[in-house]
Amino acid sequence: MSSTLGKKLLMALTGLFLVIFLVVHLSGNLQLLLNDEGRAFNVYAKFMTTNPLIKTTSFILYATFIIHIVWAIMLTVNNKKSRPVGYAKVSGSNSTWSSRNMGILGTIIFIFLVIHLKNFWYVMHWGPVEMVKYDGVEYKDLYATVDVAFSQLWYVVLYVVAMLGLMFHLFHGFASAFQTLGLNHVKYNPVIKFVGAAFAIIVPAMFAAIPVIIYFKNL
Amino acid sequence: MKITLKVWRQKNAQDKGGFKTYQLDDVSPDMSFLEMFDVLNEQILKKGEDPVHFDHDCREGICGTCSMYINGKPHGPKQTTTCQLHMRSFSDGDTIVVEPWRAQAFPVVKDLVVNRSSFDRVIQAGGYVSVNTGGVPDANEIPIPKKIADEAFDSATCIGCGACVAACKNASAMLFVSAKVSQLAMLPQGQVERKTRVEKMVAQMDEEGFGACSNTGACSAECPKEISLENIARLNREYLKAKSSSDNV
Amino acid sequence: MKLDSKIPEGPIAEKWSKHKFNVKLVNPANKRKYDIIVVGTGLAGASAAASFGELGYNVKAFCFQDSPRRAHSIAAQGGINAAKNYQNDGDSIFRLFYDTVKGGDYRSREGNVYRLAEVSVDIIDQCVAQGVPFAREYGGLLANRSFGGAQVSRTFYARGQTGQQLLLGAYSALSRQVSNGKVKMYTRSEMLDLVMVDGKARGIVTRNLITGEIESHSAHAVVLATGGYGNVFYLSTNAMGSNATAAWRAHKKGALFANPCYTQIHPTCIPVSGDHQSKLTLMSESLRNDGRVWVPKDKADSEKIRKGQLKPTDLPEDKRDYYLERRYPSFGNLVPRDVASRNAKYVCDEGRGVSTTGLAVYLDFADAIKRDGRAAIEGKYGNLFDMYQQITGDNPYETPMKIYPAVHYTMGGLWVDYNLMTNVDGLYAIGEANFSDHGANRLGASALMQGLADGYFVIPYTIGDYLAKMPYDKVSTDHEAFKEAESRVKEINDKLLRIKGNRTVDEFHKALGHIMWEYCGMSRNEEGLKKAKTEIQKLRKEFWEDVNVLGTNEELNQSLEKANRVADFLELGELMVEDALNRSESCGGHFREESQTEEGEAKRKDDEFSYVAAWEYKGPEAPEELHKEDLVFENVKLTQRSYK
Repeated sequence: MSSTLGKKLLMALTGLFLVIFLVVHLSGNLQLLLNDEGRAFNVYAKFMTTNPLIKTTSFILYATFIIHIVWAIMLTVNNKKSRPVGYAKVSGSNSTWSSRNMGILGTIIFIFLVIHLKNFWYVMHWGPVEMVKYDGVEYKDLYATVDVAFSQLWYVVLYVVAMLGLMFHLFHGFASAFQTLGLNHVKYNPVIKFVGAAFAIIVPAMFAAIPVIIYFKNL
Repeated sequence: MKITLKVWRQKNAQDKGGFKTYQLDDVSPDMSFLEMFDVLNEQILKKGEDPVHFDHDCREGICGTCSMYINGKPHGPKQTTTCQLHMRSFSDGDTIVVEPWRAQAFPVVKDLVVNRSSFDRVIQAGGYVSVNTGGVPDANEIPIPKKIADEAFDSATCIGCGACVAACKNASAMLFVSAKVSQLAMLPQGQVERKTRVEKMVAQMDEEGFGACSNTGACSAECPKEISLENIARLNREYLKAKSSSDNV
Repeated sequence: MKLDSKIPEGPIAEKWSKHKFNVKLVNPANKRKYDIIVVGTGLAGASAAASFGELGYNVKAFCFQDSPRRAHSIAAQGGINAAKNYQNDGDSIFRLFYDTVKGGDYRSREGNVYRLAEVSVDIIDQCVAQGVPFAREYGGLLANRSFGGAQVSRTFYARGQTGQQLLLGAYSALSRQVSNGKVKMYTRSEMLDLVMVDGKARGIVTRNLITGEIESHSAHAVVLATGGYGNVFYLSTNAMGSNATAAWRAHKKGALFANPCYTQIHPTCIPVSGDHQSKLTLMSESLRNDGRVWVPKDKADSEKIRKGQLKPTDLPEDKRDYYLERRYPSFGNLVPRDVASRNAKYVCDEGRGVSTTGLAVYLDFADAIKRDGRAAIEGKYGNLFDMYQQITGDNPYETPMKIYPAVHYTMGGLWVDYNLMTNVDGLYAIGEANFSDHGANRLGASALMQGLADGYFVIPYTIGDYLAKMPYDKVSTDHEAFKEAESRVKEINDKLLRIKGNRTVDEFHKALGHIMWEYCGMSRNEEGLKKAKTEIQKLRKEFWEDVNVLGTNEELNQSLEKANRVADFLELGELMVEDALNRSESCGGHFREESQTEEGEAKRKDDEFSYVAAWEYKGPEAPEELHKEDLVFENVKLTQRSYK
């Protein structure tokens, strides 16, 4: 794991795990759009924060995030050292922009992640959240918090920009992870590429659609 | 053709170096890029100045000696070696920026000449089949499917020029290393040392200070021998297999 | 001086096995007490250095390139011969031997050539074991192709990059010995002198091309694997760095230079396009398997083509002259290289040449594409066609290729005996650097064979015979012989740097090349050769008065490197002319206009010239002395070569 290949392998594995997380997260978020005053979403949120299995998984998820980020920094530092003197003129026509700028894209996502965690995850766990009762059971009304946040234009813009970053990050990252894992085959490459591209567009687009829709609903 | 050249000049490894601009007024489109440099050097010599040093030897695209970074790309705008690049690929009045390969593992020696002995050391780490001269089986004793032989050949065509490293934003040598690992991993002759080979070569690659692979694909896009990215995937696979099953702790 | 070739007695097929048994051996434990220097890391040098290392000797290997993998063997395209008879077409060791002696126009040594044919089969086994990806049939067995000068298919190949694959195989074996600590590799180091102690070769003096440092290296034996001297002609298919300096400076220390006039002109190169041209690119001879060579029958048509008024594809069949097929019905386009080259020259001299210069003939694939389909032709020659298109801008699938002969290989070289040792004790020459196996003309796909045969399978045996008789004592590089050689090398460098004249090294090199090509090229005559001699002497004098070498010795200085090489070419060129003058017969690559048959074919004079001409250096500006080694033919009957 100390070799460049080992580090890259870790990046690929954590990356793919985070891809799965995105799907789960998205399925939860989509409940925000249900016309039920946030009931389904709040029930879901409570389930996600109290179920012991999910809680354990969430610690794996935190670790995954940290590894993906820390290893990325280590690799980047190492890569920079590999070319101490740069070129005066570089042509980018031999590769895609996103493949060359995974670090920048990752940083955008990271900044978003910090704000995002502070706004929702921190609030959900420890912050002051109003309570609602469904069928006699108390729930934190996270829906309300989200609703307030998504009514602020700056936040919606930030959200959309971050999802654009995620889109480009996934555009390269998805297929790249397979390459790093050694999964490259003439027969399956087009499938991986297609699924990767589709995923990179659809998932962030759906994420981004939610705050936009809520913002316009609340106008 | 009239050409303006901005060429990196650096007296030796210690010198800081910088660009110098030259003007060439009578360039024929049929010249190779290196022949254009010959003309430039004759012009510089006539003025009593030190000619531009650059690596070159066979001038037919196979020895891998030539190594210029031209207008932001290794070996210039075409996917070929600099010696096989012709001036017809440029237009009259062009300004061409020429730099040496840039990588920690390829230190500049002088002007456009760099030291690529790190590649030799990677091969010395395990890029061979350990057979002594003599006492080997008959060449036709082990049949090899044509497809495998052809694929192994495709990997083996690497000329070790270093364009992959030069093109890579991380100065990674993955394409070079993977080409040799692939060639020998595919052939029956390479099976005996398959695991130790990949472990040792990767370790040496890291020690030389090459960067990690970001899968941008720039290496393969610039490789004059069109070594495919499949080799890198294979290297990843071979390395994973070796690390997870070999006895070396 | 009596030249003893040391060919073992006995029937030809047993000579080598008997000799291997008779040579002295060095005990495995004692091998580590001997040091061997190998100069050059092409096929011969790399394979020899690797094999020495495997045996246990301490090896120091030198190359002027930045890596041993870049030696010019890498550029060989077509293939490597071996008498495997995998094709069941009647090949045998004897047939390969016979073809090689005949192809060399009976100017090579039977004993050496038979051994070459004998070990050829081992080479293929060795290379396959190293992981060399030769071309294969669908059944998984090795594929073969046919080549000029042979009527069997015995050439093994790896697409059009056989030399590269074989060299990388030898390089990998060498790399393995480097990592085992048995070979110490010195890259970017150029040998500038041979050091002799008590009449034996005991070391070399090199220049570190990066720092300029003059370094001495001592050993028990020195092996030169430094390639040929085709760059005397300036334009050749050799690499820009290919040079004769190591061999030439050894020659000046007493090693005889044999048959310097034997140069091979390769028939299928891309024609010259202008003055700026720095080298010629070869198109593999294998192209002649499917391509048909022709020029227009009528001079007027050629003129129209040259002016661009007529396209070759528009010229009807009956107006084309497939001159090789017409003159040599049984070999057709596959006649040996010298015959093909000379015929190209003839038709161009007649004014029937094409291309703007008039110095080109067509190599046409239209029929082959019609017969086998484009895909099949692409499979065989795809990379060659691409290369051609890249250089010329023409598409050979649509319009015939244009080709013209170019200097390619030099059969001459340092004189060696059966053990590959020169007349200097402890100094060996292998590969193209020696003269031994190809006579006056080399057959296609035989250079790779000879390089690897010498390096893998001959010299590892024969060097032991010499070392076994040597004491273990090492000579210190402080020995006065080393100091003397070092100061002489420094003196030459200083002298070159001091002149500060008006002409660049390249200008002299071009001028020399022009003289050589004009008077000592494909066709030679007494008058021209005499003229060349005077002109070279004059040019050499001018060189030492008017050359301009800038910079200092203590840095990477490519002008100084070139100046040293060209200085030696200027001397070697004269010896080539001298040898060509002396040999007033025609044989193989050496064609003297005075000696031809009525049909214009090369005519040998076996009574007078059935010998190896070995020249001894006698001091600056003194004529070299000729020594003759008579060639004895017991197994092959000398005939007028005929490929009709």
